[in-house]
Amino acid sequence: MGRVRLPNPPDFAGCPAARLDRIPAPFAQLPFVHPQTEPASTEDAAVLRLAPAMQLLAQSGRELPDRRSVTPVVWMQAVIDALCELSSRDPLTGLANRRQFETALASEIDRVARAGEPALVLMIDIDHFKKVNDTHGHSAGDLVLKGVAQALHDCIRPMDTVARFGGEEFAMILPNCPPSFGSTVAERVRMKVQNRAVAISPGQQVHVTVSIGGAFAPQWVRSSAPLWIERADQQLYRAKAEGRNRACLEQPTVSLVSAEEKGLLFGTSQFAELE
Amino acid sequence: MSSTEVRRARIMALTSGKGGVGKTFLSANLAAALARRGKKVLVLDADLGLANLDVVLNLHPKITLHDVFTGKCHLEDAILPAPGGFSVLLAGSGLVEYSRLTPEVREQLQRIIDTLAPRFDHILLDTGAGISDVVLYAVSLADDVLVLATPEPTSMTDAYATIKVLATQQQRRAIRLVVNQVGRIGEGKVIRNQLQLVVDKFVVPMLPEGGAAPALELIGEVPLDPAVREAVQKRQLLVEMLPGSAAAQAVEAIAAKIAP
Repeated sequence: MGRVRLPNPPDFAGCPAARLDRIPAPFAQLPFVHPQTEPASTEDAAVLRLAPAMQLLAQSGRELPDRRSVTPVVWMQAVIDALCELSSRDPLTGLANRRQFETALASEIDRVARAGEPALVLMIDIDHFKKVNDTHGHSAGDLVLKGVAQALHDCIRPMDTVARFGGEEFAMILPNCPPSFGSTVAERVRMKVQNRAVAISPGQQVHVTVSIGGAFAPQWVRSSAPLWIERADQQLYRAKAEGRNRACLEQPTVSLVSAEEKGLLFGTSQFAELE
Repeated sequence: MSSTEVRRARIMALTSGKGGVGKTFLSANLAAALARRGKKVLVLDADLGLANLDVVLNLHPKITLHDVFTGKCHLEDAILPAPGGFSVLLAGSGLVEYSRLTPEVREQLQRIIDTLAPRFDHILLDTGAGISDVVLYAVSLADDVLVLATPEPTSMTDAYATIKVLATQQQRRAIRLVVNQVGRIGEGKVIRNQLQLVVDKFVVPMLPEGGAAPALELIGEVPLDPAVREAVQKRQLLVEMLPGSAAAQAVEAIAAKIAP
């Protein structure tokens, strides 16, 4: 929490809450902790201006423990956790938001670079989404976004990340997804969306499709988030250009060593000389 | 060397294909061994973004290549003295965005090497794992290339893939080989012969008409030696901490071949 420690604190020891009105305006916004005294957690919590945070949390439907039944620290931690959770989610779809996606992507890049494990990023865009908005209105558009988000969420493993990237574009990070599985995974995502009917009003359903672009992390090589996303985006453009409702994956560089070469490398009896 | 002749370091790139075969270990210890032979040595961490050299050498750099690239610092300030009597230029993990070779990175690396070459006898380029464009570019800046492999099949396969790319894309005709973690004496030679056999059969036909076969020169084999692990764990140079160990002697022998 943003506790303020002044270099030359005025002598407010023992009565932080009562004297707050005398603190110059910028500091009155923040809890004040006297450096010489132990943090008096009850009093600190009492001076926090939590109304906007509480309103945000109430609006998002997040529940906090009863303030009277837990210690102030436990309660504050619950508030902070709920705010963190709130700031990492897309409010409409409940998926990870772009901020959370970028954090997850950065850690995946670290892992891939050092461990040399495969990983796939998918960029997913709803086809002709503007038409949905124009024909059925924006609230129908929102329902479609939610429906697609749910379909995407149903496709992933616990270790995967699915995020709303922006507008009608979504993104997925699939750690440990080898190139041989990539197209099957992308195709499953595409089918899942295609087969899902979204109810936009009683008795009215729409079906939408998605175009998907995918790129694998180059093994052993540290990529950067913008480059990786750009490579997946290029495949997404390709999927759009080739007629939409399809998945295009960047072809990973094929093994530079053929089976025959491997056969010769390991197959002869030269190693037997060592025995 | 006559006094009028301008000194220019011999630049050698160390590469491996697969990661985790001891490339940074060899760079650091070979540099120390060369320094013990009276040479001025610089190790340039060309493993852009995956700098491990600082860990091996127990250095905590405040200034890295990243700061030089972004113009925050002078090149001079980024050259650090390393234990072992040589100099290092570390990439620093801030270099992630350079893992793809932009013309700018290309130019910067070239400029750095041109600036430093007259001041050293040897520059070792510790390249990244894999065969990325950055690794290939770093190798292309070098006079000599050393491929490091272990007897493990994946390492041998990746070493072969590296040799193949170097021969076909960079027309390398001489490639040095060091086999690390050998179980018994002579294993390195067997691996070298085996690699040469596959190169002659599969790589030579890919070369342009009349292209000479790339020759693999085994310049050393480093035995599997518990002393290596001991030194790495203590973050010390093997050639300094346990100079009598079999692995340290093997590294010294490689240095003797490079700088007779």
